[in-house]
Amino acid sequence: MELKEIQELIKFVAKAGVSEVELESKGFKIVIKTQNKAPENTVTYVQAAVPQAAPTPAAPAVLPQAAPAVPTEDLSKYITVKAPMVGTFYRRPSPDKPLFANVGDELKVGSVLCIIEAMKLFNEIESEVSGRVVKILVDDASPVEYDQPLFLIDPS
Amino acid sequence: MFKKILIANRGEIALRVIRTCREMGIKTVAVYSTADRESLHVRFADEAVCIGPAPSKESYLNMAAIISAAEITNSDGIHPGYGFLSENAKFSHICEDHGIKFIGPSPEMIRAMGDKATAKSTMIKAGVPTVPGSEGLIDTLKDALKAAKEIVYPVMIKATAGGGGKGMRIIRSDEELKVEWDKARAEAGAAFGNDGMYMEKFIEEPRHIEIQIAGDQTGKACHLSERDCSVQRRHQKLVEETPSPFMDDNLREAMGNAAIKAAEAIRYEGVGTVEFLVDKHKNFYFMEMNTRIQVEHPITEEVINFDLIKEQIKIASGIPISGKNYYPEKHAIECRINAEDPHNGFRPSPGKITTLHVPGGHGVRVDTHVYAGYTIPPHYDSLIAKLIVVHQTREEAIDKMLRALQEFVIEGVKTTIPFHIQLMQDERFRKGDYTTKFMDDFVLK
Repeated sequence: MELKEIQELIKFVAKAGVSEVELESKGFKIVIKTQNKAPENTVTYVQAAVPQAAPTPAAPAVLPQAAPAVPTEDLSKYITVKAPMVGTFYRRPSPDKPLFANVGDELKVGSVLCIIEAMKLFNEIESEVSGRVVKILVDDASPVEYDQPLFLIDPS
Repeated sequence: MFKKILIANRGEIALRVIRTCREMGIKTVAVYSTADRESLHVRFADEAVCIGPAPSKESYLNMAAIISAAEITNSDGIHPGYGFLSENAKFSHICEDHGIKFIGPSPEMIRAMGDKATAKSTMIKAGVPTVPGSEGLIDTLKDALKAAKEIVYPVMIKATAGGGGKGMRIIRSDEELKVEWDKARAEAGAAFGNDGMYMEKFIEEPRHIEIQIAGDQTGKACHLSERDCSVQRRHQKLVEETPSPFMDDNLREAMGNAAIKAAEAIRYEGVGTVEFLVDKHKNFYFMEMNTRIQVEHPITEEVINFDLIKEQIKIASGIPISGKNYYPEKHAIECRINAEDPHNGFRPSPGKITTLHVPGGHGVRVDTHVYAGYTIPPHYDSLIAKLIVVHQTREEAIDKMLRALQEFVIEGVKTTIPFHIQLMQDERFRKGDYTTKFMDDFVLK
């Protein structure tokens, strides 16, 4: 690949608004990473609909959170377990122990789902329903706020 | 200087703090209850953390949730606003324990002024005039007569276990005391099971005049003159103005110096307000000290051209105060606009604001968190906006306030705007001739 071609490619990638492009061919491989964040990675935390009349200055950055992937199945039959407190979400009792809950696990009422740590106190969060873990909505060791969705449980 | 401040409050004061932080280049974190998801302070802050359900006890008063929110956002300071945890010594302490700077006084300073008895004895030691009263309880009529002689008539005899006016009498002479003493005692005994009585000077036609102070970490304090808050209904302030129409230069000097003495006596850190009762003879008496920013702080800001929130943040980061005292150069008035129905006993009127037009123009400032389409939640206080005007003279400020009120449109909820419009046209108010008794005689048309 000629230098000029590489320069054109870089300009093209930057304009296209993608964050990373990898191109491999006979004899060379080029990886171009930009500062652009792809739209599907931008997360708006506020769950409620934004009223049109409200003035909105620069949109506030909110807590980083793994974007809940949109599954093709019907979500309304699942129960959402929400954070009952503010703190840091942990999926294991300690770094060397196994995860409390994995996708596919069957839970009983009272099964410990996770820990939320606040002010150096570790609080075990227990499930209030029985069912199967469908999805985990937050990354391990992420900050969570009150009412933040953590797990999707299929109670059937 | 702080990198990131968490505002442990809501409504207009949260927005107020966020604005100054923005100007100072400090990042902001808003905390909110589920009822405040659509609140403006949540939108305007750089980050926002939901800390609990609607009830204040589980959200804005929830110390663990607030500290936790500060930890996960790496905030290095917490601004408590007014109300909620702003004068909570335990919260100030917990912030200390967690290495987060509480933007306000230390737990010891809060305690020193929080307890009425402790505050009074601290003030007496510091040489600040306090309401003269009996030391402890009075046993016999003979002791009562003696105390009255020292305190000087008129006096109030009060039940120590009391409230609601029971066992309380205003006494203007020895004869009256001899007649009322046993009756009051009996009344107290019957009402509270405790007939212990004490005596205090009765302040005639009192005015509520408070002095704004600021104290830094070196223990030095200054004053920023007075605010007159005598227009009150059930001890809730409705209108405030500065300078006080009752004030003169000598009285301001004396009260200012007393307020500085009060602050320096406890090495007060932060901005605060020393409240005094002033009688018709211009004697002033310490009532209490508020160890936080106050609702009515904007009127001081307007007449002195000063940002009190910025001063709070600077003091908390260790910057000393200028050391000067500040005097009003103009006249400012604030009307508290509440979502209340003045024609129905001022009962709260929460709901959705369908139309909002905020007044503007020269010398008009509106501090508010509401917007058209906003639903006022029923869980918190009813203050929805503060309308502040400033002009060269008192008369012009009143005319400007009337004009601004008439331009202020809030539809969908009832507000106290009609009350304020009538007040600005009231002869006694316009004369500046009012005390804390003013609202007793005010009749809303």
